[in-house]
Amino acid sequence: MIPARVEYVAPHSVTEAVGALVEAGEDAKVLAGGQSLLPVLRLRMAYPSVLVDLGRIDGMRGVREEGSSVVVGAMTRHSDVIDDPLVRRYAALLASATATVADPQVRHRGTFGGALAHADPAGDLPAVAVALDAEMVAEGPGGRRTIPASEFFVDYLQTALEPGEILCEVRIPKLDGEWSAHYEKFNRTAQAWAIVGVAAAVRRSNGTIVEARVGLTNMSSTPVRARGVEAALAGASADAATVADAATRAVEGTNPPSDLSGQADYRSHLATVLTRRAVSRAAHIG
Amino acid sequence: MQVAMTVNGRPVHGEIEPRMLLVHFVRDQLGLTGTHWGCDTSNCGTCVLWMDGEPVKSCTVLAAMAHGHEIRTVEDLERDGELDPVQQGFVEQHGLQCGFCTPGMMMTARWLLDHNPHPSEAEIREAISGQICRCTGYANIVRAIQWAAEHPRVEPETVPEAFAAAGQAPERSGEEVGVR
Ligand SMILES: Cc1cc2nc3c(=O)[nH]c(=O)nc-3n(C[C@H](O)[C@H](O)[C@H](O)COP(=O)(O)OP(=O)(O)OC[C@H]3O[C@@H](n4cnc5c(N)ncnc54)[C@H](O)[C@@H]3O)c2cc1C
Ligand code: FES
Ligand code: FES
Repeated sequence: MIPARVEYVAPHSVTEAVGALVEAGEDAKVLAGGQSLLPVLRLRMAYPSVLVDLGRIDGMRGVREEGSSVVVGAMTRHSDVIDDPLVRRYAALLASATATVADPQVRHRGTFGGALAHADPAGDLPAVAVALDAEMVAEGPGGRRTIPASEFFVDYLQTALEPGEILCEVRIPKLDGEWSAHYEKFNRTAQAWAIVGVAAAVRRSNGTIVEARVGLTNMSSTPVRARGVEAALAGASADAATVADAATRAVEGTNPPSDLSGQADYRSHLATVLTRRAVSRAAHIG
Repeated sequence: MQVAMTVNGRPVHGEIEPRMLLVHFVRDQLGLTGTHWGCDTSNCGTCVLWMDGEPVKSCTVLAAMAHGHEIRTVEDLERDGELDPVQQGFVEQHGLQCGFCTPGMMMTARWLLDHNPHPSEAEIREAISGQICRCTGYANIVRAIQWAAEHPRVEPETVPEAFAAAGQAPERSGEEVGVR
């Protein structure tokens, strides 16, 4: 099937894009890589009046270094994120998770910003943004503002972006030195969405886990920061038993969905197992 | 609205509705029916073609988004009447039965081998993991791609001209029209 009739504009700057959104009113939709939006339009699950395609705004693509942050343009494609040297060095968790998103063909079109703005609880990248304390830089009719990842994901498919606002770039505080990371995703068929996913970054010094960051995918209507696990790991001995023990706290504060891929209790079990695996891999244990 | 792009080395343009998908522009307006259309959910991968040198799902790109870009379809694999090694590999290793998934598989395979001439089986399977074959099964498709890796085309000196020539006049193959 093809989408319903829709207007299309392709502005060349963020300011123009915001202008186009404001002019078109509430039925306008931002179009980034189209890898979530176009399937929705083809299934006629949404009927926007205007699509504002960000694909011709050059300044929204690419990764740069700014002081203690890595700044990823919202229109940077998944395939470019995975291979980016700055991302690999300072935000390895993002590279690890992005490599599990969809398939190579979808990764050639889908964007980092689109995956965050879409805010699918099963999407792999929101949990990473939350775990890394990323900041979302948005521009709208009222100017620019910065939204912490912890406040960005509001509910199922809902973000803190206001109508007329565009996510421009994402600032990720660098994790350097002794940090290492791993994203552990569980699904049943090739390239399916995560039933549960766990994003873990660990700073290990000799036999000790100094500090850990853990984010959970699909354990609630928004990504969850596993603070209990982080607290249990801080300063703990880097051994299998300690990590397994800490991982049991992964379910704290979660509200997992029940759907065709699994019931809530099954997801809770998975969260524990996958947290153990993700942290162990990140910390090079076992 | 008007769109213009390069398809198989040839400039093309057309009048389209903004909602038109790239797969339909290529099939219905350009008559290049080698690129297939198989699903509404971006899962099957039979629509894979190249956009700016990279395989993408053309059912998940608006024709309008491809304006000014370079497209390459399965019709461009053959050069001067000679099959691409990937095409020959599918012949040699029984890489297709009904052929519905084949164009997408071959476009991904060509891209993979261009970037990684000696892929492992795991790398081949990862490359085609977003593409579904419902009848041949993946074992023979993997073998077909391995065959192509073992039999690379010996590039003539005049590659650019040969490449351009192959893209001149895409043949319309009757048997593939109206699959849906
Ligand atoms: C077959 C398939 C499998 C997939 N599997 C996975 C998977 O396993 N894991 C995963 O995480 N994702 C998966 N995805 C989704 C993929 O990651 C998408 O790329 C992503 O969700 C959306 O990015 P996009 O750039 O394509 O955005 P679009 O589809 O263009 O937009 C998505 C939504 O975000 C809004 N939006 C986009 N960019 C902005 C912006 N800069 N500012 C404001 N609003 C914006 C749009 O208006 C729209 O509502 C899959 C997609 C497909 C087709
Ligand atoms: S038709 Fe494009 S993925 Fe199925
Ligand atoms: S050959 Fe029939 S679907 Fe693959």
